[in-house]
Amino acid sequence: MGFFIETMLGGLMTGMLYSLVALGFVLIFKASGVFNFAQGAMVLVAALAMARFSEWSNAALGGDSLFLANVIGIIGAGIVMFAVAWTVERFVLRKLVNQEGATLLMVTLGIAYVLEGLGQTFFGSEIYSINVGMPKDPVIMFEGLIEGGVMINKEDFIAALLAAVLVGGLTVFFQKTSVGRALRAVADDHQAAQSVGIPLNKTWVIVWCVAGLVALVAGIIWGSKMGVQFSLVTVALRALPVVILGGLTSVPGAIVGGLIIGVGEKLSEVYLGPYVGGGIEIWFAYVMALIVLLFRPQGLFGEKIINRV
Amino acid sequence: MTNASNAAPAAAQGGRKFGDVILDLQNISLRFGGVKALTDISFNIREHEVRAIIGPNGAGKSSMLNVINGVYHPQEGKIMFRGQERKKMEPHMAAKQGIARTFQNIALFKGMSVLDNIMTGRNLRMKCNLFQQALWIGAARNEEIAHREKVEEIVDFLEIQHIRKTAVGALPYGLQKRVDLGRALAMEPEILLLDEPMAGMNVEEKQDMCRFILDISDQFGTTIVLIEHDMGVVMDISDRVVVLDYGKKIGDGTPDEVRNNQDVINAYLGSGH
Repeated sequence: MGFFIETMLGGLMTGMLYSLVALGFVLIFKASGVFNFAQGAMVLVAALAMARFSEWSNAALGGDSLFLANVIGIIGAGIVMFAVAWTVERFVLRKLVNQEGATLLMVTLGIAYVLEGLGQTFFGSEIYSINVGMPKDPVIMFEGLIEGGVMINKEDFIAALLAAVLVGGLTVFFQKTSVGRALRAVADDHQAAQSVGIPLNKTWVIVWCVAGLVALVAGIIWGSKMGVQFSLVTVALRALPVVILGGLTSVPGAIVGGLIIGVGEKLSEVYLGPYVGGGIEIWFAYVMALIVLLFRPQGLFGEKIINRV
Repeated sequence: MTNASNAAPAAAQGGRKFGDVILDLQNISLRFGGVKALTDISFNIREHEVRAIIGPNGAGKSSMLNVINGVYHPQEGKIMFRGQERKKMEPHMAAKQGIARTFQNIALFKGMSVLDNIMTGRNLRMKCNLFQQALWIGAARNEEIAHREKVEEIVDFLEIQHIRKTAVGALPYGLQKRVDLGRALAMEPEILLLDEPMAGMNVEEKQDMCRFILDISDQFGTTIVLIEHDMGVVMDISDRVVVLDYGKKIGDGTPDEVRNNQDVINAYLGSGH
């Protein structure tokens, strides 16, 4: 029993981290109708900037205050993400008002390569570490309830908590505020949004900034977990089935999707793995996403696709 | 061109009073490459009136509306807004100046509810900044509630209470047209541009729409510019009518004047009439 819960909790926490990356996809899709292939590259750039800026400022400060160095790192990375958002709007999206979704998708593929290239040119391509003081040691919890207790990785726990707060905040922001509504309006119809006085340019910068912020949080958490390196880009690939499962247009969907896939992966690996020779974790998420697509093309929580004929 | 464009409006036709000229279009010409959409068109719009722009298909009515709305920029001519020459601008700037519009082929936010759609019309009037909103603190929240009340008034006015929470994409055409109007009204515009508000409607829906247009004019004093090719409807509800044909102005005046204008009869109704 204890082992089962332990596996499940582990899955939930990994799932939360998937959600975090998936959220970046959902945000941009909801607010501009663009499926942003560059999300993974944005996570990489954010993490690289954070790691390098804090490293440099740590050296400049003489290694006295890791906290201060991290704060400078986060601010620096934030500025970089803002610059990315502004540049993307100014030089890419502005030229593409009223274009097809497929065109915009291809453009984000291009943006991904540019970001990956520039990020490594400026910040270097070695493996860097992010140390924001996350506790690395596991703790035993619920000893009174279950025999032997449940071992939890503290780092995962804090990361999951952070992700949950961010996700909750963004949900409220999108559903309840006028800026959130403006973002959704722009996603739906450019022309109509302009007619009620919503400026497209400003809206796009806001969206990409928010997505950049989410990428930064994801980058810091994943980076501190497995080091900042090029392979961070592939984290985005793992978030793809999460987005498909939860629905491209749903913030809660990204969370629930992430949790389902996190738990599913871990449980299937532990309990089904031995029968098929292991390695399930790698493909399980995609199979789940495919099955969901068969029955609900819009994902579990996506907006129902309405077509009046 | 038998009627002068500045023909004094049949003052206070329905008990309404017209104000000064709010928008004055002078010698507007618009080309798309070699195609002349509008040629040397001048007319004005007075405060509080219902001004119709009519003409057969392809006469340039929608182009004219898009010029007023800032979507198209005419190559020649001047647009005077409240006596000042208007600079080249984007559609969202027109919205800021108090010009709202509806669309011929409804352009609503299909995934959003009726209420949310109309709320977008309040966007410009919301003053709280991004950070207050991001934190969803008191001021932002109160503001949201205040605007929500205004939106409920519009929902009542347009008699769409029963579909408030429905996703717009799922509504029948006539109701979508009404929501489109509601969103424009929510902006509390000075000038309301209606692009074929009656297109594709049945008789009953048309009557409803006429009633709403007249009520908006009476109750809010909004200046209304209306494009329509349903001649009968236009004659009933407008104060002054501009007639376009092949991008040129062929008539301007009260409905009666226009009805008796030989150019209009030939071009628009066909010489047989």
